[in-house]
Amino acid sequence: MQPAIAVRELTKNYNEGTSGTVALRGVDLDVHAGELVLLMGPSGSGKTTLLSIMGCILSATSGSVRIAGKEVTCLSQKLLPAIRLEHIGFVFQGFNLFPTLTASENVELMLDLKRVPKKEAKRRAHELLDQVGLSDKYDSFPADLSGGQKQRVAIARALAGDPEIVLADEPTAALDSHTGRSVMEMMRDLAHDRGRAVVIVTHDSRVLEFADRSIRIEDGLIVQPPYGKPPVAVGAEVLTQHFVGAPSLPAFGRGGI
Amino acid sequence: MPPLAERNLLHDKVRLTVTLTGIVFAVVLIVVELGLFVGFTVTTSNLIDNSGADLWVTSKNVPYVEQGVPFSERKLYQVRAVSGVAKAEKLITRWVEWKRPDGRQESVQVVGMDVDEPLGRPWNLVQGRIDDLKRPDAIIMDEIYRQKLGVDHAEQVFEINGKRARVVGFTRGIRAFTTSPYVFTTFKRAQQYANIPDDQTVYILVKLAPGANLEQVRREILDHVKDVQVVTNHEFSRMTQVYWMFTTGAGVAVLLAAVLGLVVGFVVVAQTIYATTMDHLREFGTLKAMGAPNSYVYRVIIKQAAISAVIGYFLGMIVSIFVVHASQKGGAAILMPVPMAIGMFFLTLLMCVGAALVSINKVTRLDPAMVFKG
Repeated sequence: MQPAIAVRELTKNYNEGTSGTVALRGVDLDVHAGELVLLMGPSGSGKTTLLSIMGCILSATSGSVRIAGKEVTCLSQKLLPAIRLEHIGFVFQGFNLFPTLTASENVELMLDLKRVPKKEAKRRAHELLDQVGLSDKYDSFPADLSGGQKQRVAIARALAGDPEIVLADEPTAALDSHTGRSVMEMMRDLAHDRGRAVVIVTHDSRVLEFADRSIRIEDGLIVQPPYGKPPVAVGAEVLTQHFVGAPSLPAFGRGGI
Repeated sequence: MPPLAERNLLHDKVRLTVTLTGIVFAVVLIVVELGLFVGFTVTTSNLIDNSGADLWVTSKNVPYVEQGVPFSERKLYQVRAVSGVAKAEKLITRWVEWKRPDGRQESVQVVGMDVDEPLGRPWNLVQGRIDDLKRPDAIIMDEIYRQKLGVDHAEQVFEINGKRARVVGFTRGIRAFTTSPYVFTTFKRAQQYANIPDDQTVYILVKLAPGANLEQVRREILDHVKDVQVVTNHEFSRMTQVYWMFTTGAGVAVLLAAVLGLVVGFVVVAQTIYATTMDHLREFGTLKAMGAPNSYVYRVIIKQAAISAVIGYFLGMIVSIFVVHASQKGGAAILMPVPMAIGMFFLTLLMCVGAALVSINKVTRLDPAMVFKG
């Protein structure tokens, strides 16, 4: 099965030519549809850089990234937004909702980007908000929502584009443990029930139980191989294994998997 | 598109107020300056445009209406003899001294014409009749200049160049571009006031017979009458306007003030729209991260600018109409013809959208990776 995300020999240097910082030193990673992968590691280890490159937001210094089978590292900056729009949904630590738009309008915005007609966009936005349990919050502004509700709106917005891949940056960091847990359950459902490839950057070890795999990054290298294996099927019957607490295995090659 | 631009604008009402104030200020300033320019321009050629003539016969090389040089009255009969001329009448314009009751002197432009003929007569009379000019020492002036010339009421008697002058009527809205108001009287009396010899005139106004060819009549007058310049009403009007507005620099100064208004408006709008954009930078970054092309973000910013422009324009026009209306009672007319009002709309739109380009430049260089920073 072709991975939703395939990263090979990925490097990223910042401020090239001067006193540069090497953020990624040759990373190999596959993420399949229907699995939830955690990227963990200390601050500055390169996990957000890796997420940004996989999200086609940041360009790599070298290496290869294939999104839904398409090589994206060679694409120009003008073409990358279309890849993001087509294949990737984002969930951010700070929710990044538009404070002047209602919950429904925040979701509709994504659909507008995909040129869905206004009426249809409204209907689908309501449907998505229903699915994340916010059927009574269509017309609420972000300021009137709790942190968990905001993150649910953000998830609904990420799903509005019907992406194969959902990338989340610390989605539970701004939430209390109970709300964080409910958001993670939702993220897990995205992977397992809806067959999305979900990659989450997190410092929060409490979310490990939701992961199919957890990858540790240090100094731009994957230092710990994944816990578990990629699922063999997607959808409701997806087979997942949680190996939280399993012993560390030596890294492959230059920190790949 | 969800109403992102509208909501962003309304979100910070103080900033919206500052933006609209800037636009209104710019609109009013530009309308006032352009209106003054139009008003001045129209005023410079007032006499010509309302003369009813098709052609003006002047001494050679007369550059504008106030600079006429007297020539022999015999040329009037030569002009009348040209085929295609329906009417030819004499006209005098001359600067003379007006003595107020308090002894102060003011400069006025005396305009003398044949009262029985329709060419060169005063218009917009609000008190008195043209025929009243046939009375001894009679003059007609504009009511705007009553205070300037010390006129309290009709029938008041003054001195023009030491000769009696009685105010027998008033016009409305006949402004002079210079500080010297027009004073209308008969041709004969104007000759006396201006010390022009009895057998001389300053202009001959020509009205063409129906169906006569303007150029042909002009050529024939030039062929038959020596040492004169023959210009069409439109040409003479334009020559006078160009002289006063550009040769003297008066118009350039007014236009520069209008440009200044545009610049001030541009800077205020650019600054406030830029500040609004900076406030919403993270949102624009999120939009780009979500896959919005730059053009989508530009549309949001341009829509904000366009909405500001439309609201600012209408508010500005309300103030401008009030100012224009108020100016009708003053010495300097501010005119706002319909094409100018329409043009102002597009200028305001251009100003605001142009000002938004500064913000667009900022958003173009925005790194969507910022959304992952905290």
